[in-house]
This record gives sequence, structure tokens and C-alpha cells, in this order.
Amino acid sequence: MEAIHTTNLTKQYKHLTAVDKLNLTIHQGELFSLLGINGAGKTTTIKMLSCLSKPTGGDALVGGSSILHEAQAVKRIIGVSPQETAVAPNLSVQENLELMCGIHGFPREKRQERIAGLAAQLNLHDILSKKAGKLSGGWQRRVSIAMALISQPSILFLDEPTLGLDVIARSELWDIIRALKGRVTIILTTHYMEEAEALSDRIGIMKSGRLLVTGTARELMEQTGADRFEDAFVTIVKEAK
Amino acid sequence: MRMLTFAKRCAKEILRDPLNLLFGLGFPIVLLLLLSAIQDNIPVPLFRIDHLAPGIAVFGLSFMTLFSATLVARDRESALLQRLYTTPLQAADYILGYILPILPIAAAQGAVSFLVAVALGLPLSMNILCATLLLLPIALFNIALGLLCGSIFNVKQVGGICGALLTNLSAWLSGIWFDLELVGGAFSKIANLLPFAHAVELERAAISGSMADAWPHLLVVLGYAAVTTLGAVLLFLRQMNRQ
Repeated sequence: MEAIHTTNLTKQYKHLTAVDKLNLTIHQGELFSLLGINGAGKTTTIKMLSCLSKPTGGDALVGGSSILHEAQAVKRIIGVSPQETAVAPNLSVQENLELMCGIHGFPREKRQERIAGLAAQLNLHDILSKKAGKLSGGWQRRVSIAMALISQPSILFLDEPTLGLDVIARSELWDIIRALKGRVTIILTTHYMEEAEALSDRIGIMKSGRLLVTGTARELMEQTGADRFEDAFVTIVKEAK
Repeated sequence: MRMLTFAKRCAKEILRDPLNLLFGLGFPIVLLLLLSAIQDNIPVPLFRIDHLAPGIAVFGLSFMTLFSATLVARDRESALLQRLYTTPLQAADYILGYILPILPIAAAQGAVSFLVAVALGLPLSMNILCATLLLLPIALFNIALGLLCGSIFNVKQVGGICGALLTNLSAWLSGIWFDLELVGGAFSKIANLLPFAHAVELERAAISGSMADAWPHLLVVLGYAAVTTLGAVLLFLRQMNRQ
């Protein structure tokens, strides 16, 4: 089953093509990483797929619904954790999660059940009563992912989820993302090669708005004859015109 | 329901910021106490309590512009709005969610100012209730102006523009601190074209119980509130679409 299917998806600004005729299929339950240097078009792609930004060309089906014509249907089945932590700083973690429950229209009983479930899953019990704005970067990221997961999305977008985190916080987030694999389709953007290699079922490498290649980390290494994934990435990006 | 959830969150964000409480509630009270003390020593008709209290109540509302602008700008900067744009919330939910929770805060601020004024000698009457209710269209204008600024500027710029520039502008051009006719000329004309002086006159008329005097000023305030709200909605929607 296809979770996402894009057809010539394009985002053109005045003098810049941020995403250029992207054709991509992501399967249900897959963890797909979009990898690329700054300005490659990763975040723009995620913004279009999550109905934040309208494409200037092409279309995409997310969970079978068009991002152009059925945005509300798409919004009901996705969760997004943006590059910034995107939490309400003066609200407690519990209140942040309640906010998302309310916005998704959950009845009161279901809210508490859902929050308790996520708190257990992401180990949030000790911080539920703390103000989100006072938490460390790693914990804010965790809360951000919890806020994205609260609606039990079938497709989850994680934009640079470990950006700026220390090694331990990053490793803990990787464990959380691994635990979600298979149950939720995850589209992750990252700068970190080792992150893409460690977590992804498949990887897509972008440069200047174009999708250069897709495959497993092993396939991309074999394709370029590199011993390390980072070398494979560098070769693919450098060789691309 | 979704809108109410968002509105509740906005109210919490504002009320939990100690600076908001300090400026929103504390500052008007301090001004009332200070100017009344001066009035006791050097009586000036402009600072008589029935003249001063309506002015201070209106001046206090300029902080509502700062509150709403800061909230919107912060939500944009922190990407919380970006996250919420990917949920089933609709455009009207955002706009009402930002505006509605600040209206009771504004009314409460006005009521507290008038209660302090009662303690300082303002006669307790139904006119105070009327004046408090008439603060709502003025508050709507201020909140919408904040929504408009928050959709354009970042948090730092909002602090400068709404916190300093607009607060000062509304104070100078309102006739609270000096009689605009004494300055006269272009200054007075400009002040009368803007809503600030009309808002103060509306409140003064309400406190004195002369509704006949209040109507022309109310119409100007309502006109400004309607136009500013429309502008804020359009700008917010534009910003939302550009996102």
C-alpha cells in the first residue's frame, strides 16, 4: 500500500525552484529519510506534503487524498513535528498535549487515555506538569513528537528531529523513532548521515530541489562503491549536475 | 469546540506571563494612584477622577495590542502556528481564538481601573458598568491592531512597535494627558482623525452618563474596530496562505 505518491511535485519561487518535479512513492509503515545539504528542498517537500505550502506544479496523494483538493482529509491523518520545537511555552506538557487533543476534537475521556499512553511510550511522566518552555532541547523535541503523535496519525513528518541535540538526547530520540517504525509511516528529514543510515528503511537524496536517487543505505553504498554511507552521499551529491 | 480549545490556550499564555500582568494591570493602577496624588496637591481639571479614570482605562487597553501582537508573533516564530496549520483548525478558529480570550481580560482590566477610581472618589453608579461594556469595542480595535502587527513583525519588532511606539502614539493623541485643543492646529486635527481621542471621549461621556455625547465617538470607534479587524483577518489569512 502506498502512503505517499507524488507526481511531478514542484515548488517554484520567483527565481528559485525549491522542489523540481518530484516523483516519489513511500510505502505504508516505511521510514523514509530525505537527505540533502542546505537548500536541497527537503523542508519544502515536507511543507507541501503536510499542506503547509501549496505546490506550484504537480500533486501528491497522502493517504490516498490529494494535497491540492483534499487538504482537510490529509490533515486528519498526518502528524507534523516541525524543525523548531513548536510548543506552547507557558503551558505545561500535559496542557500542550491536551491542546492538541482538543484541536483534533477528542472527547474528554479519550484525551486522558491518549495522554497517559503517550506519556508511557515517550517516558514523559516526570515532566507532564512542567512548563514546556522551561524544558531542555531534548525534552522539548520529545514533547514536540508527542504532540505530533497525539492524533494517532498514520503518517508522521519529522523535520530535522535531532537538530542541535547532544549525543544522549539524540540516541534517546532514535530509540523513540525506532519504536514507531512499522506502525506509522515516517518521513524524516535530516542532515546527519548516521541518522539516516541507522533509522531508515529507504533514503532519498535531494540536491537543488531534485531527487537524485532513492534506495536503502546499502544499495546506495553499492551503487557508488563506497565503504561508508557518508562517502556514498558525497559521491552522489558531487556527481550530480 | 476546537476554537474554544485554542482560545483557552491563548488566555493561559497571556495570563501566565508576569510581565503582562505587571503592565496590563499594575501600570494603569499606578498611574491612577500617582496622578490622583498629584491632583490632591495641585488640582488640574484634566486629572479630576471622573476625567482621569476613563482615560486611564482606555490607555490600559493599548497593552492589549502588545499582548495579541506578541502572542501571534511568538506563535509564528516558535512554529507553533506552523504545527497548528497542519491540523483541522480552520482560519476562523485562529482569528476568534486570538481575539475572544483577550476581550474579557480587557474588560477585567477596565473594571479594576474603575474600581480603583471608585476608591479614589469616583461616584459608584451604573455608568461604570456602561463604561466598562463600552470598553469592548475599543479593546476589539486594540486587539485587532495587535493581530495585524503580529502577522507582520517578529517578537522583537512587536516589542518596539506595539510596546513603545503605539503605546506612546495612543497616549499623546488621546487627550488623556493634555487637552488636545491647547496644542491645536494639525496635531489636534490628526488626533481627531484617529480613534484614540474618540475612545477617551466615549468613556468620559459614559462615566458622566450622557449617552447623547457618547454616540458620535462610539461610531468612530466602531468604524475603526471594524476596519482594523477586517485588515487583521485579511493579513492573517495572507500570512497563513504564504506559510
